Amino acid sequence: MANTSTIARDGGSSPVPARGRRGTKPPRGSRGLPEGVVPYALLIPGLVVIAGLLLYPLYQMVVMSFQDVGLRQIRGVPAKSVGFDNYLKLFESELFWTSLRNTVVFAVVTVACTLGLGTLVGLLLNKLGRKMSTFLVIGIMAAWATPAIASAIIWRWLFDAESGVINWALNALPDWLSNLLFGRADWTGEPWLNDPVTIYLVLILVVVWAGFPFIAVSVLAGLRSIAAELYEAAKVDGASAWRIFWKITFPLLKPVFSVLTVLSVIWDFKVFTQLFVLAGGTSNRDAFNLSLYAFTQAFSSPPKMGLGAAIAVVLTLILLIITFFYVRQIVKTEDVR
Amino acid sequence: MTPKTRKLLGKIGLNTAAVLVFLFAVFPVYWMISTAFKSNEEIFTTRFIPFPTDPTIEHVERVFSEGVAGHSIWRYMLNSAIVAIGTVLIGAVFSLLSATAVARFRFRGRTSFLILLLIVQMVPAEALLIPLFLMVRRAGLYDQLIGLIVVNVALTLPFGIWMLRTFVAAVPRSLEEAAWIDGASRFTTFWKVLFPLVAPGLVATSIFTFITAWNEFVFALTLISDQGSYTMPVALRYFVSQRSVDWGGIMAASTLMTIPVIIFFLLVQRRMVSGLVAGAVKG
Repeated sequence: MANTSTIARDGGSSPVPARGRRGTKPPRGSRGLPEGVVPYALLIPGLVVIAGLLLYPLYQMVVMSFQDVGLRQIRGVPAKSVGFDNYLKLFESELFWTSLRNTVVFAVVTVACTLGLGTLVGLLLNKLGRKMSTFLVIGIMAAWATPAIASAIIWRWLFDAESGVINWALNALPDWLSNLLFGRADWTGEPWLNDPVTIYLVLILVVVWAGFPFIAVSVLAGLRSIAAELYEAAKVDGASAWRIFWKITFPLLKPVFSVLTVLSVIWDFKVFTQLFVLAGGTSNRDAFNLSLYAFTQAFSSPPKMGLGAAIAVVLTLILLIITFFYVRQIVKTEDVR
Repeated sequence: MTPKTRKLLGKIGLNTAAVLVFLFAVFPVYWMISTAFKSNEEIFTTRFIPFPTDPTIEHVERVFSEGVAGHSIWRYMLNSAIVAIGTVLIGAVFSLLSATAVARFRFRGRTSFLILLLIVQMVPAEALLIPLFLMVRRAGLYDQLIGLIVVNVALTLPFGIWMLRTFVAAVPRSLEEAAWIDGASRFTTFWKVLFPLVAPGLVATSIFTFITAWNEFVFALTLISDQGSYTMPVALRYFVSQRSVDWGGIMAASTLMTIPVIIFFLLVQRRMVSGLVAGAVKG
């Protein structure tokens, strides 16, 4: 465990000596491949998988979004092109717009909460003593490591109408406080997972719970890289904690925050598993997001795979635009040249 | 307030916050395990029972003997293990070859390949679901674990290469050059010099691949319809949808699925951070 990424990365980010020592070449045996071909030969298996199972399906998805792909086509009848029909149908359908709205609102709220809580916990970890910070890191690892499917099921149980611990806790609040906060005192049998609004409230909680540890640990790693002298100098000058964060920590950690934001947006835009479990499958249409909508169109009967593909194209386009910023950031900071 | 008491109060505040965050993170996991070992009377109550007063293993026994969705939970754990281990074995070979290529050679298209890796990681797997479903069906791999293995290899390979290349790059080149001078062939150098030094990184990468494949849900849901071939996540979700009142059994099964992941996870979490945030965190 002592051999952390830092060591690996230092090795990776210094390609200069390797280039300088080009003089020593590997042996060129009679059976050996010519030097220039070796890297391409090594790449073949990886490239075949990426091209065949990621890029080709991506292309297929776009093609299918312009076709009518139903049960007969799945069985092997060639699909017919329908032009932009799928997209037109989509943009006319109310369900598409509610799904898009659910997707975007959920992503914005969840990303903000995850980043906010994660950053606070990261700052906290940096301030805590050694023992306490190890204790907390192990604790938040438990939330991070829990498989998505299991976390959704656990929270479903916590929010169970009859025997859920959340309804117990809300009932245990003093009546005046509960009335003040929520306008009601009795939570017995409150069903959380019938109404889209409360489904999304629970979903936000599930995704923030599983997502904030990664942010916290990444922010902590960034904080540890900031020279302590900067903070000491700021303290001597009498700067407040708030000012120190916005004037020193945030600017220095900006690259970290931008990568974390993009990753969170991408993850939260396409959340499927947790929603599928919390909303109880594909029956609650008002609770759809784009992923679940695409899935439902493509895999419930009768299957409309062309329409599903069109939804997937919309989702992918949104994500690729966001990815563009991520890739630009990584190319700036990482050794890819 | 003297500076001393202020400092003390600040310390108490920080540690209280730490305990609260800890409880928020751990309580749901604790509640899952605790419910798995409670009797039904203690589960189906509106009271709060913090821990099983009379621990029972009846739920664990039931998911093993009576099972979930018609089969013992062993079956699903075995299916999940087959998929995850198959993915790890193929993924390890492929990612090691590609990682060696990008970390040890300068060639035309190298930068493009690395950027390609970054971009394909961001393509939502859910979007590829429809075309991959049709491809797997046409290949005759529908309802077969091998189909899931192939898909999981594709889903995990870009991140695997991305992560492993830093481990390969960290091995000093001079070691390989020394072997070449001694007359070792390229293959011998790779196998006897590079491979042993990269092995820890390969283990770390493989654990991530394992966790991803073990947890994978969407493809397992669509590419498998035969209950005997269900993986753990799909079996769990089926269990919830069919018998949503058997919380003891559901929590016992969830615990069985989660524990191996948490253990693996604690072993490699630091590398996860560095792999994803890449160069943005300067260590």
